[in-house]
Formats: sequence, C-alpha cells, structure tokens
Amino acid sequence: MTSTVNPTPAIPAVAVAPHPTPTAQARSTARTGTERSGNRRFKPGRVALGVIGVVVSLIWVFPVYWMLNSSLLPNVVLQNTTPTWLPFGGSFDNFVAVFEGGTFLPALGMSTAIAFITVTFCLLLAFFGALAISRFRFRGRKTFVLAVLLIQMLPAEGLFIAQYKMMGSLNLLNSIVGVSIIYIAAVVPFTIWMLRGFVAGVPADLEEAAMIDGLSRTQAFMRITFPLLAPGLIASGVYAFLQAWNEFTVALVLLQNNSDQTLPLWLRGFIQASASRATDWGQVMAASTMVAVPVIIFFLFVQGRMTSGLVSGAVKG
Amino acid sequence: MTTPNLVLEQVGPTRTDKPRRKRPLAPYLLILPAIGILILALGYPLIWQFVTSMQKFGLAQQFGQPPEFVWFENYITLFTDPYMWTVVARSIAFCLVTAAVTMIVGTLMALLMKAVNTGVRITIQISMLLAWAMPVVAAMTVWNWLIDWRRGVLNNVLVSMGFDQFQNHNWLADPLSFFFIAMIIVVWMSVPFVAFSIYAGLTQVSGEVLEAAQMDGATPTQRLWYIIVPIIKPVLAIILLLQIIWDLRVFTQIRLLQDAGSIASETNLLGTYIYQLGVGSSDFAMASAVSIFVLVLTVALSWFYVRSMLKEDES
Repeated sequence: MTSTVNPTPAIPAVAVAPHPTPTAQARSTARTGTERSGNRRFKPGRVALGVIGVVVSLIWVFPVYWMLNSSLLPNVVLQNTTPTWLPFGGSFDNFVAVFEGGTFLPALGMSTAIAFITVTFCLLLAFFGALAISRFRFRGRKTFVLAVLLIQMLPAEGLFIAQYKMMGSLNLLNSIVGVSIIYIAAVVPFTIWMLRGFVAGVPADLEEAAMIDGLSRTQAFMRITFPLLAPGLIASGVYAFLQAWNEFTVALVLLQNNSDQTLPLWLRGFIQASASRATDWGQVMAASTMVAVPVIIFFLFVQGRMTSGLVSGAVKG
Repeated sequence: MTTPNLVLEQVGPTRTDKPRRKRPLAPYLLILPAIGILILALGYPLIWQFVTSMQKFGLAQQFGQPPEFVWFENYITLFTDPYMWTVVARSIAFCLVTAAVTMIVGTLMALLMKAVNTGVRITIQISMLLAWAMPVVAAMTVWNWLIDWRRGVLNNVLVSMGFDQFQNHNWLADPLSFFFIAMIIVVWMSVPFVAFSIYAGLTQVSGEVLEAAQMDGATPTQRLWYIIVPIIKPVLAIILLLQIIWDLRVFTQIRLLQDAGSIASETNLLGTYIYQLGVGSSDFAMASAVSIFVLVLTVALSWFYVRSMLKEDES
C-alpha cells in the first residue's frame, strides 16, 4: 500500500512500476489478509519472529525517538555521561532558544517561498506534460518520454557546478528564483511520469460518455476527469513540496550567503558548529525536530490518502 | 490508453465543430513549458559543462581571460591522476557495498513483514515510515549526535557493554570507520523504500500457489527460492539498479559527515570531489570533466531502468 507513490527524496517511479493501478494492489493486499486469518494457529517460530520484528522496529525508529527525546531535555542533562533514556524531559526551552536565535524564521520563510513556487509551477507544467503524453499520440512523444525518464535519473551532483556558473552569470545566485528554477526542472520529469499514471488511470469512457451526453471536450475534461485527478495532483504536489523542502545539494551551491538560507542549510550550520566547539545538542535536536516533524506528518498523512482507490467508485457510481 | 484518441476522434468533430481541428498542435503546446524549463535549468548547463570540460581554466581565466580550448586534455589529466582513481574506486566500492547491504536487509525486512502477524507488521511499517520520512539533513544531525565522540549514545552503549576502547572514540577520524558510519546511515535511510517495494511485490505472490507447493512437499526455502524469488525478480532487479545509481552519487550524507570534522581528501567520493574542485578551488574545467564522467556513468546505468519504464509506458 505505502509504496504506490513515493513522495520521498529522489525516488522515481519504480514502486509504481510493478503495480499498474493502486486499486489492484489494494485488492491483492486485502486478499492475502483474509487468507492469513484462515490459518491462525499458535506457532513458536512465529512468536520468535514477532519478537525480532518488534526489536528491529525499535532499532529503526530509535534515531527519530532520540531526536524528539533530546530536543526536550535541557543541556545540563545532555552533558551527563549517562544518557537519559526514557521519559521525555517535558521542557520546551530548547525550542524557545532556537526561535530566539533569530535565524530560524528567515530560513523558514525562504524554504516556504521556494517550496511554494516549486509546487505551483511544477504541478502546472507536469499536468500539461502528463496530459500530452497520456491523451495524445504525436510525433516526438516517445523521445519526450525517454527524455523525461532519463533526466529524472541525472544526479544533481553531475550538474551543480554548471548551474552555479549559469546562475552566477544570470545574477540569480542567493535568490529564491534561481533555486526555484533548478528545483522545478529537477522535479518536473518525475511529476510528469507520476501524473501520467493518474491521467491514464481515469477511464476515457467517462469522458466519452459525458461528451455523448452533450459536453464539449473541454467541459468533459474539466467536470469529469479533473476532479478524478485530484488525488494525483495532491500526491504530485506533496512530492514536489518534499523535494523542495528537503533539498540540500543545489541549495548548498547556489545559496552562499549566510543570510539567505533554506532550512536544510540552516540545520547544517549546527553540524558545522559541532566540529569546532561543544555543541548544545538539545538545541540542535529541537531545530531538527522543527524541520522534520511537519515533513513526517505530511508524509504519513499522504501515504494513507494515496491508498484510496482512484476511480473505482466513479465507474460504479 | 490508446482508446481515448480513437473514440475522441470519432466523437469530437461531430459534437464540437472547431476545437479539435488543431489537434496536432495541442500536445506540443502542452509539453512546451516543461521543455522550456528543462532546457533552461538542465540543457544549457549541460552544454556549458561539456564545452568547459574541454577548456583550460587556470588562474588567468579566473581573472577574466578567455579560456583556451584544449580538447580532451582535462580528461587525460584527470584519468592519469591517481587521486581521481582513488575517488572512483572508493565511490564504486562504497556504492556496491551499501547497495548490497541495503538489498539484503530490505529483503529480510520484507520477508519478516510477511511472516509476522498484523500488529507486529504495522509496528515495523510505522517505524520504517518514520525513518523514511525524515528529511535527510535532519537525519544527519541526529546521526551526528548519536555518534558524537564526547556524549554520543553509541559510544556510551558500547562502553557499557564492556568495550572500553570506545570511550571518547571518534568514529569520523579514520576513513574506514567514517565510511562504515556513512554506510549504516545510508542503509538506514534506504531500507524502508526497498522493504516496502519488495513487500508489495510479495503480496502479489498468490497464496494458492504457495499452498499447492507446500502440499507437494516443498520446504520453506524451496518455496522462497523457486516460487517467490522468480515472481518478484523484476521488482528486485529494478530496486537494486536504483540503489546502485543512488548510492553512486551519494553527496549529502558524506558532505555533512565531513562537516562534523574529518579530513575531506581522505573521505571524498565523486560528489564531494566535484564540489571541492568547483566550489572549493574554482577549477571549473576539471570539475566539469568529473561531472561529465559521473553523468555518463549514471546514464549508462540508468539505461536498463529507463528501458523497463518505457515498456510500461507502451503497455
């Protein structure tokens, strides 16, 4: 279920690939679920596996837990030689201190602006692109699809020096616009590919039926197909948002001023500081929490959303 | 997917008279904005980079002299430089080891999720999702805190387990343990995606077939090897390929671990090497040459992935 769409840094379409439609996958999950309940017997091997599973989960989630835990502990406690394992400290002093540091809000503003621009333009361009490749056959379509697929594999690390020089000559270094342009271009190919699946998943029969009932093609599209695409647009929008919000490499190269920083760069400042002097890890963890928690909530929320069948209800209704 | 056009071509003109007359133009107009931004942000830099990689970019050029065109001299310099080969070998070794460990752990996690009951499975899924959702830079600050040599919890646990040599042990000082830590972090981040994808693949394996095999006397290992693995093989292949591609270009994790205090020249991978050449020492020609090398490598590796995606597009 969770791998239908991956709004995660640099995760192209693979998870979509083996499962053409989310509904088919949801159905098969449901089927194995009922089968399993059929032979529910007590097996010692199964209990052992269950214990292993819980232990592995705890290990895996530990860094996230440790971030939250440390963020709520005062620095005096963190300086102890023995770590404070269990209870949350319950003090928000670290968060207050980060806010009062004065650099968080500008970084937050910068990240929000860049993410907003990226999501808006990316959705618009990708929507048009997806429409073109899934609703039309035209000369050069295959080349375009090939280019889209290849471009999304290009590593930022292979281009950032050139992009740095280009933005320098365009006077767009240290600017929101410069970073946004690169982000849009980096995210658009995958978003086109992702939306393509959603557009193709809306049966053309629906549009056709509406047109037989007297709607024009544009009307049919706007009233029938577009609302059905909403989950796809949300998913793609969240993907673009997470990319822009979390991106580090390009931001590191293009934003060289200390006053113009996105949140990842701002966080990096704390890591750098930790190399040279004793770090207030409580504050660093509070800062990380503030960057991470919105993303985690968003991510979990959307993961659940995407499982809902796309058009299964529409066809029956 | 092919039907809509056929249908629309028949229905369109009769219902609405003009709009569909210009049909051949519409798709091109639709992809134009996307192509525009791709050319601006990727195409132009790519060409610039290709040209620059064949120019000489010395001190004089930094003061505005036009660069001299030297054909492949930079590439020759690059590939006769033993340090470049060290970085390439290091990157490839890191990539292969990390990808292999990620695949093994991911597959085991997927099998584990399939084997346990629903409650435990959901526990595993939630903790994996949390790790997966962590923004990479936030995750790096946490890991830097976990392995901190003064107060890090990792050293503390190891010491309390009786390994006294880890008292104030700096994990990032020695290149080998630096890469070991980097590998653990990358694996921690990548396994959720791998595990979820393989798990999704596993749910496609029909229970009836497995049951039939069981009745015919197939052992669990045989069932895994002769039924499950062949069915999920395409998924495995693509995920492995993606892991290799992604781990080859790993930058953020390495860069941020270097920030926490280790010697860059001993821990550079391809990404950080380009960064150091280009941003650090403004040698754009050499940085471009390494970049082109990385791009060519990535495109070559991606080819199989792109081909399999294209097949999906045609279906």
